[in-house]
Amino acid sequence: MIEIIAYLSFFLTTALSYALICLGLNLQWGQTGLFNVGVAGFVAIGAYISAMLTTPAGAHWGGYGLPIFVGWIGAMIGSGIAAAVIGAITLRLRADYLAITTFGIAIVIQLFALNAQSVTGGPFGIAFIPRPFNSLAENPLGFNLANLGLVAAVTLVTFLALERLVRSPWGRVLRAIREDETAARAIGKNANRFRLQAFVLGSAVMGLAGAVQGHFIGFIAPENYLSAITFQTWAMLIIGGSGNNKGAVLGAVLVWALWSASGAMMTTIFPPEAQARAAALQIVAIGVIMAAILLLRPRGIFGEPVTVSRHLEDNG
Amino acid sequence: MNLQFLADGLLIGAMVGLGAIGVTLTYSILGFANFVHGEFIAWGAYACLVIAGGIGLGVGMDIAPVGPFSIGWAVLIAGIIAMAFTGCLALALDWLLFSRLRKHGNAIVLVMASFGASMALRALLEFLFSSEPAYFSHELQIAVPIGFGIRVTPDQMLMLALTLVLVVGMHLLITRTTIGRSMRAVSENPSLAAVAGIDVAGVIRKTWLIGGALACASGIVAGITVQIRPYMGFDLLLPMFAAAILGGIGSVPGAVIGGLIVGLAESMAVQFVGAEYRAAIAFLLLIAVLLVRPAGLFGKREA
Repeated sequence: MIEIIAYLSFFLTTALSYALICLGLNLQWGQTGLFNVGVAGFVAIGAYISAMLTTPAGAHWGGYGLPIFVGWIGAMIGSGIAAAVIGAITLRLRADYLAITTFGIAIVIQLFALNAQSVTGGPFGIAFIPRPFNSLAENPLGFNLANLGLVAAVTLVTFLALERLVRSPWGRVLRAIREDETAARAIGKNANRFRLQAFVLGSAVMGLAGAVQGHFIGFIAPENYLSAITFQTWAMLIIGGSGNNKGAVLGAVLVWALWSASGAMMTTIFPPEAQARAAALQIVAIGVIMAAILLLRPRGIFGEPVTVSRHLEDNG
Repeated sequence: MNLQFLADGLLIGAMVGLGAIGVTLTYSILGFANFVHGEFIAWGAYACLVIAGGIGLGVGMDIAPVGPFSIGWAVLIAGIIAMAFTGCLALALDWLLFSRLRKHGNAIVLVMASFGASMALRALLEFLFSSEPAYFSHELQIAVPIGFGIRVTPDQMLMLALTLVLVVGMHLLITRTTIGRSMRAVSENPSLAAVAGIDVAGVIRKTWLIGGALACASGIVAGITVQIRPYMGFDLLLPMFAAAILGGIGSVPGAVIGGLIVGLAESMAVQFVGAEYRAAIAFLLLIAVLLVRPAGLFGKREA
């Protein structure tokens, strides 16, 4: 029983860290219509910066031993700056140039993480990242529950903040630009500036998610930040319902549950030597589900609420 | 400075350019950046490998390499069949996924679907063939000096010649034939083209067929001169996008010249920064183009 609860809380903590990434993506795609294919890159920046700030000195840059909280802030700032640079170059151009450049930046960040050994620890990654509640590590149940509480709190705060933003005038402008850029500009909204703000903010949330994941596991390595994580996050958002923050969180938990369950199934069905190949089937399945949802139910499970303004709700 | 990078760069440029033609055509005619294009390259290469193996089994003997090359006639025939197969794969994917999404009208959803499909197709290759590299032939090739301190293998020369033939053929097709004219018309304005009596659906089908076949050719070039891996197309995707944008979206010669520039730049830069950062070069080129001349070298400026 205790093991089950410990596992469940471990599972939920991981799922909620994905939900955080998904919330960032929902601000970019769901609200603003920005197609970011470099999610993995922004998550990686957050994870690495936070690790560099908080670890004891080691074979990589940083090692300042700062508190975890400072690492989180640094992660958000780092990913935000990276997004600002990319966004400033591409957001003024055709919509899918953003897709191509974010795809590129994620590859370059991964290359850098893998090869710049003196900066990032190279293929060995960074270990000994301080974990919250490490004093409880002797007791897996307490440790997992405490971490679940922390990650759930971070997710909740982010969720509430984003819900608030979505319903603010600022959020309305984002959707106006997404739906009809010409009309939004005609009433004097600077579309590029709003898009850039949404892109930077969403990427900062992804950076925070990367840091939260890194501190929960205590170890990061370049292979955690391949395009598969981008793909999973997209599947989560589309299945949950883009444009809806609840959908983003629920989609993350649901897809992560499917992913973990199918992974466990693979290990029992396939012999050990075939498991690397069988793992590829999981990606195929997620891809097929994602395409099916796009075709059959583009709104996802939740879909975007038709009215988000509380003023309209009162009257309606 | 050793000039060998010129030969290597031309060869990479040929692969990138062949792929970029398909990217630029689907981009200008269907209006979206197609992430599946890399998978057409890998699927094409594996299709050629499997078909060539099948031909070998069919005639019941090892097919000897022809002349100085490492490959026999089986690979040539297999290559033609594989190009047709990859073109049909592209058509099938369009019928299954893209054509249905096109009806809803949002181009960026197409990009997303192509991204999902590319992950799934690549993973499927990994499942079917494992991630171990495969080769068309284990024949050893001796590089021959051709002057200026440059050495190339006969295979590389053959592949460069083949690329040249395909590129010139493509250029003539686009500029001199009715198909090419209708393709250009649809990329300018699909509704107007339809009013003028052009079969837009037919043009879209031809675009997929041509793009898929050329991607397959690019995969075969890569497979013969380097190796075949499930990730071979994924690794070419960023250089292909860079080449298509550098050349100007919609321009076939632009895509090829863009490919050559990307290939040469990569090979030259590798001498200074090390081969592990090769992929970053294409990215830097891409950013530079977007900053300085977003319409590309041969592209039309957007209104």
